[in-house]
Amino acid sequence: MKPVHVLEGRAVPLERSDVDTDQIIPSDWLKRVERTGFGRGLFSEWRDDTTFVLNQPEYVGASILIAGPRFGTGSSREHAVWALMDYGFEAVIAPSFGDIFRNNSSKQGLVIVQLSLEDVEGLMAAVTDDPSRLIVIDVERLSVELPEIGWRRDFILDPMTQERLLEGWDDIGISLRRENEIARYEVTSRAPSLTDVFDASGHAVRA
Amino acid sequence: MVAKTLYEKIWEDHVVTAPNEEPTLLYVDLHLVHEVTSPQAFDGLRLNARGVRRPDLTLATADHNVPTDPLSVPVMDPISRRQLEVLDENCAEFGITVFPRGHENQGIVHIIGPELGVTQPGMTIVCGDSHTSTHGAFGALAFGIGTSEVEHVLATQTIPQQRAKTMSVTIDGTPPPGVSAKDIVLAIVGRLGTGGGAGYVIEYRGEAIERLSMEGRMTVCNMSIEAGARAGLVAVDETTIDYLRGRPGVPAGDAFDEAAARWRSLVSDDDAAFDTEITLSASDLVPFITWGTNPAQVVALSGVVPSPDGVEDADEKNTITRALEYMDLTPGTPLRSIPIDVVFIGSCTNARIEDLRAAAEVARGASVKDGVRALVVPGSRRVKNQAEAEGLDQVFLAAGFEWREPGCSMCLGMNPDILTPGQRCASTSNRNFEGRQGRGGRTHLVSPVVAAASAIMGRFASPEEVRA
Repeated sequence: MKPVHVLEGRAVPLERSDVDTDQIIPSDWLKRVERTGFGRGLFSEWRDDTTFVLNQPEYVGASILIAGPRFGTGSSREHAVWALMDYGFEAVIAPSFGDIFRNNSSKQGLVIVQLSLEDVEGLMAAVTDDPSRLIVIDVERLSVELPEIGWRRDFILDPMTQERLLEGWDDIGISLRRENEIARYEVTSRAPSLTDVFDASGHAVRA
Repeated sequence: MVAKTLYEKIWEDHVVTAPNEEPTLLYVDLHLVHEVTSPQAFDGLRLNARGVRRPDLTLATADHNVPTDPLSVPVMDPISRRQLEVLDENCAEFGITVFPRGHENQGIVHIIGPELGVTQPGMTIVCGDSHTSTHGAFGALAFGIGTSEVEHVLATQTIPQQRAKTMSVTIDGTPPPGVSAKDIVLAIVGRLGTGGGAGYVIEYRGEAIERLSMEGRMTVCNMSIEAGARAGLVAVDETTIDYLRGRPGVPAGDAFDEAAARWRSLVSDDDAAFDTEITLSASDLVPFITWGTNPAQVVALSGVVPSPDGVEDADEKNTITRALEYMDLTPGTPLRSIPIDVVFIGSCTNARIEDLRAAAEVARGASVKDGVRALVVPGSRRVKNQAEAEGLDQVFLAAGFEWREPGCSMCLGMNPDILTPGQRCASTSNRNFEGRQGRGGRTHLVSPVVAAASAIMGRFASPEEVRA
């Protein structure tokens, strides 16, 4: 994962609430075994509509998505995060997010900015008025700014997510440093081994 | 001693380490894997020269994109075929038990865990699928994870977690006849909304939950995520123990009795406090149906399509208007007057043997309405075999339903079982999102008996209407 400190870019206002991960990337795209190329499938059910906001020339190249409440609910598919990032988004701003989506985002370096409904609506109006406006998201100071109009808000990230973003840390590497603790736990673990349940071809040993 | 909730008991039992300022590292007792959310995780392991720490606590099955055609028909879609092959190759490489298409134990991941008895009380269970909450019916802490987390669990058998808040949802009393587990959970999701459970683990309690079979409890826990909660729980009782006895994954003889004694302690203490408590009265429950494009948009089957007029909240009003447009519905229309094109009986929500028995009872001796396509997709090979042993396949086939091979199928439309644009479907699955069952498709979530009755009437209908 690449470290993220300050993001600066234009934003797309997606004026919809309850944008679930099925909308972000439809299941048809989930058959791929690769990790790249999902950007073409982003919001694909809506992309044919010429009036859809992503199809408007003034928003081409924007790197921040602003959406309504409950963005990323539903299916656990991390492909939703891959699709947003592959398309070019580096951050999503919304009043609330699906829990699993939020987690998945933190693993990939997609910055999740939760603001109040009023602030999100204010930002949407600002970039609808003038799509060329730049938004600055500072992961170190945990702030969102619209320098042109002197608008600034703070947001919250849990300290671990913030640190991981700033350092570009890989979660697995962090946990593997806990090898001794994991091994110690395993001594007393009651998790039943499946090798006692199934034979080599997956047949149940006891029917 | 401090009174604890069931969630807190399972959590504390699985803490590997809880460093300051960092999420707690929880041990994972069972990691379920399927073809869709795992290939990139296995790839990540190879890239970093990492192995699978505990292949013996990992179990894989093909479910999301397997066709439900007869097994003699090969997988036609080359991309799906490749994904299924990659699952088999990855499991062979890393020594993981896998149930490929056609295997005697193959099925939807959340159906096979419980039926094989590898889902057990007190466990931590994860899977790269949000409906992992299903396993909470056994008093196990079970939740969905993303692909990066799948890779993390493969490599470390642990998962970093922040402790969730606890919510109790109590259903007091006994529901009227005709109200199924699906109706209970649709009522709960309708009450909480799609975000009401976010950040919480929900424990379902009360007489109506206690009286449910294990399969009914699974249906309820399954849809916890539809209210935004990553996990649902039901306390262990004799129903749980009886279900597990004799299953392949549980110990036999004295060892079972010892395990059962331990499992019986997996209940919230009497005076344990929840962060939020909600109560619904079972006597208020009726058969429900979703009318819109999120699972909280629920009305009584006997009701009408709602109107955005008079809704104060602008966001809510906009959501309703958009949903009406997508669903092509007019406010005030009685749900039972709306014609349907497709019926899907299946999914990890409602494709267990009791679901099929209930639907077959409605279909027995009746006929699917001309012009309606009705599919029955058993949740697993074992469910399919059991249903065939009971003659349920013949009941469905005689009535004009299709009897298919097991898999996730039309619940998420990854395999060839999809709606065409504009088609309206009565579905026993869990999500009515735009395009979920096929681009432009319109999904209404219902119970198995309402789905079967609707197939016969050619419109949304209750079982009483079939018998009338």
